[in-house]
Amino acid sequence: MILYSLSRLAQALIVLVCISLIGFLLVSNLGDPLATLLPSDATQAQRDQLIQALNLNAGVVERFGLFLNDMVHGSFGISYRTHEPVSTLIAQRLPATVELALVSLAITVVLGVSGGVYCGVHAKSPVAKAIMFFSLAGVTLPTFVLGILLILVFSVNLGWLPSFGRGNVVALGDWWTTGFLTASGWRALVLPSITLAMFQVTFVLRMIRSQLLEIGQTDFVRFARARGLPPRSIWYVHALKNALVPVVTITGLQLGNIIAFSVVTESVFAWPGLGLLFLQSIQSADVPVISAYLILIGVIFIVINLLVELSYPLLDPRVLRRGT
Amino acid sequence: MASPTTGAFRQPRFPLLAQLLRSPGSAAAAVVAIGLIAAAFLVPPLMAQDPFAPGGAAIWEAFTPPVWMDGGSSTYLLGTDNQGRDMVASMLFGLRTSLVVGFLAVGIGLVLGVTLGLVAGFVGGVVDAVIMRLADIQLAYPALLLAMIISGAAGTVTGPQRSVSAAITIVVVSIGVSFWVQYARTVRSSVLVERDQDYVAAARITGRSSVAIMFTHILPNVMGPVLVIATINLAIAIITEATLSFLGIGIPLTQPSLGTIIRNGNSYLQSGEWWIVVWPCLLLIVFVIAINVLGDWMRDALNPRLKRRG
Repeated sequence: MILYSLSRLAQALIVLVCISLIGFLLVSNLGDPLATLLPSDATQAQRDQLIQALNLNAGVVERFGLFLNDMVHGSFGISYRTHEPVSTLIAQRLPATVELALVSLAITVVLGVSGGVYCGVHAKSPVAKAIMFFSLAGVTLPTFVLGILLILVFSVNLGWLPSFGRGNVVALGDWWTTGFLTASGWRALVLPSITLAMFQVTFVLRMIRSQLLEIGQTDFVRFARARGLPPRSIWYVHALKNALVPVVTITGLQLGNIIAFSVVTESVFAWPGLGLLFLQSIQSADVPVISAYLILIGVIFIVINLLVELSYPLLDPRVLRRGT
Repeated sequence: MASPTTGAFRQPRFPLLAQLLRSPGSAAAAVVAIGLIAAAFLVPPLMAQDPFAPGGAAIWEAFTPPVWMDGGSSTYLLGTDNQGRDMVASMLFGLRTSLVVGFLAVGIGLVLGVTLGLVAGFVGGVVDAVIMRLADIQLAYPALLLAMIISGAAGTVTGPQRSVSAAITIVVVSIGVSFWVQYARTVRSSVLVERDQDYVAAARITGRSSVAIMFTHILPNVMGPVLVIATINLAIAIITEATLSFLGIGIPLTQPSLGTIIRNGNSYLQSGEWWIVVWPCLLLIVFVIAINVLGDWMRDALNPRLKRRG
């Protein structure tokens, strides 16, 4: 177990260094920081000062070392577009993305799990069949099309909900803003969180249903039935417990899709989060921000994948014996 | 490839077609998909005016609603957009670009994936381990995220004002590259089975090279699942193109594609001209569903285990 964990940890570190290297190469090779960061009438002294500050005269290896050092200390350079530190930009945008993700996660857990359990237990009921039919729409509808259609119906035609922005936000301390404390903040969250959650809800729902159907056929469930346990305790205690573990693991692996869909959702609803920042940076070739965003995604990815991989031996001890 | 033994199990001339006609839903999906593809490639060249050429559209007829609404015109069944372009015409032009992108992307993924899968399965050893480990890593990055990252990174290389052909190339390559894993895994596992068959040993004894055996003997036997993946990937490629172009990191607005048409129409969502954005969205959904249904049917039809039962 310790050997397995150490080897996974080492692999994760190697991947992290690779991602940082790509981010570094992007920043060091693309764009001209002197032209973008200095006013056109800058003096030679100002140029020298900036070259000194950005260590542009150092060798590649030394600069990569400094880049890694800055990265560990949370510094990613200066944005070419707004001339602010990249870390400040990211800190400003982070709350919007995190709150959107939390609400859509809550929707996923509530709707996906309850719907999946219902469809798995009452597989033959008409309601379950209807839910399964509509879940097909969730799988097929592209995220941005769903967002556009929701805006068309609920913002433009019915005028119930706002179609862009976060509404009124309240500052919590120096570095966090929240939309959770105002009515307009909650109203603004409805459509984007539904858009973002749709894919995950249908994914989780279908996974739980098929897991439950499979577990319903296993010996231990049949024995439980033969022992005369009430159906409720069989499904909700014994079967569900066994169904949830793989669902959690596989949903964790959908992280890439969730990140991609959050970028799309933020774009459709002009949601001032990290995804929108990423798109704006691409359109204005703001390389330091792009590089920081890619590294950030990479780190989130590595951490989640590492947790998933480390959870395998707990779920299935045979993984260790295969020799990894 | 007619070998003497197949005569004994003579099948209808077009067994797949006969099977398709027996499943009405799949047949309808096939008609929709093939009809839309044919319309997208055949109709635009026949049009007298390219609506996207300068002066190609009647700008004074901009924002004409669909024919059944007040102010609609029978010339423009589904209405016109902000430039006075007929929605039907511009959607066909858009679908054509999306299809070209889709087919090219699937082609890249297929060639790359099949080749790597054949090599991994046939050569084995370190080569196999390296290719499959790469596949494992890439599997965590779905097509959309990968295409977004590649497209974004490539966009910074070329600058925001890149040419249309450069933009299309970036989109095609970034979608295509994200597809190779599925082909490689499928082909590799089939190759592992086929590699030990007698016909491969026979080919080896007759002195054929490994490359020849891979491509002329093993490849035809693993093409079924590859075609199924290619069909479903076409739907994913078209959605990915539309998403990238909608986000402004795909095809530029000057070139009509489903994504750019939806992006353009999205600007008029709030002002009540809903048809400019709704029709291309519907076209995208209908086409993607048709392709997916077709892919599901192909998976069943080409599955030898199900075929033997029939």
